[in-house]
Amino acid sequence: MATTFHTALENLRSTRVWKSIFRRGPAITNRTRSVAVFGNLFLHWLPVKVREKSLRVRAAYYLGSLSLLLFILLVVTGVLLMFYYHPAAPKAYHDMKDLRFVVSNGVFLRNMHRIGAHLMVLLVFAHMFHVFYRGGFKPPHEFNWVVGVVLLLVTLFLSYTGYLLPWDQLAFWAVTVGTNIISAMPLIGNKIRFVALGGNIVGENALLRFYVLHVVILPLIAFLFIGVHFWRVQKDGGLTVRSKDDDDGKN
Amino acid sequence: MMEKTKIESGFSSDAKKEPRRIVFITRNTSAKVTDERGPKLMAYPHLLVREAIVFEVLLIGMVLIALFWDAPLEQLANPLLTPNPAKAPWYFLGLQELLHFFPPFVAGILIPTLVLLGLIVIPYFHVNVEGKPLWGEQASKRLGIVLGVVIALLLLLVVFDAWTIIVPTVLVAALLLASYPSKATTGWRGALGTKPLSWWVMTWFIATAVCLTVVGTFFRGPGWSWVWPWGTHAG
Repeated sequence: MATTFHTALENLRSTRVWKSIFRRGPAITNRTRSVAVFGNLFLHWLPVKVREKSLRVRAAYYLGSLSLLLFILLVVTGVLLMFYYHPAAPKAYHDMKDLRFVVSNGVFLRNMHRIGAHLMVLLVFAHMFHVFYRGGFKPPHEFNWVVGVVLLLVTLFLSYTGYLLPWDQLAFWAVTVGTNIISAMPLIGNKIRFVALGGNIVGENALLRFYVLHVVILPLIAFLFIGVHFWRVQKDGGLTVRSKDDDDGKN
Repeated sequence: MMEKTKIESGFSSDAKKEPRRIVFITRNTSAKVTDERGPKLMAYPHLLVREAIVFEVLLIGMVLIALFWDAPLEQLANPLLTPNPAKAPWYFLGLQELLHFFPPFVAGILIPTLVLLGLIVIPYFHVNVEGKPLWGEQASKRLGIVLGVVIALLLLLVVFDAWTIIVPTVLVAALLLASYPSKATTGWRGALGTKPLSWWVMTWFIATAVCLTVVGTFFRGPGWSWVWPWGTHAG
């Protein structure tokens, strides 16, 4: 069985189509393995080589990777949800009902998006605190820490703008409470709140604005900064490895 | 191979004359290179396989949760019917708990702005980059300053009756003082004794943020009064 599979894979790899796509032999030498990373658009922001110590679970608990993977999952489930959603009151609420009672696996789709969103906020916080305790903000990583703070803010705004979209009591009052805080800002507080809501109350205009922010503007900003963040990890010399990280795997 | 390549090692100063070298060492230099950060592995496959496993575990975990825990959906939004309490999303409930104690400008604008600025400037303070312990030198003088700051902070919080901040502050301060004599080099007191000031500030911040968020999420009911999460109350 294993031999059959192996032969099939070998045959596939020797076809013209396969070779035209990957333009390299099987990744069995260090050179072809390097090409597999930097010759691939989707992997080229990764380093070709990584320190053995930074691969250990304790080095990062994969918190950064998990945040990125959650972002990808949220984009996929979010785009699927967009097929069933109208950013208008009260149609938005009826779309939620349709997701529950009409659309196949609609509840599952919404659950996945919601759990992913909460988990992402949680893991981005965890990522930041873990990086702090490891000293990952120290030179030469200063700027990437700041990019990370921006990404934390973008994550919070993404989650918060999405919170309004179901247009139920929970969403409406959570956003009302949150945006009332902006009014406490001296001089320009009320003006900023007006711009954010497209009016003085959380209404249809606010729903549309939050929707556009949630599905277009904020994801694009997140995408941009995630790119910079990962690129800088590589350019700043990889994950922080402390001299404390002993070879016996302790700490 | 038809012919064994002869490889020699030795000292030389001319790279061009020694084309078959495997190591080229000029006189008066050392070939010893120490790299505490350890050896490197190829990202493909070592990193990518791990990422793939992490992704699969994440996806399986999320699917399991999504199958059994439905997203809530309440009644249609009604601006005329205010629920009591009206709560923000969980990650802002710490702020909402602050609003209970402090004026809106302080809790809603000043403190979040200061926290954000604090986070941004962390890496640009080149104080104590080596992470020297707080009690490393001038311990008694530092103890005086720390005690002064903690007591002043606690008095301020008492004035505002902000006891959900007082509790984590007292806990972290107790740990801080427990680490003071630092005669113990092992155990939890010894471990705490090695921590720098920045560690203590961040730990206090996280403890406070977690306490505020948990209280705001689970222990606040109508009129932002104290309720038990297992108690029966409206909403």
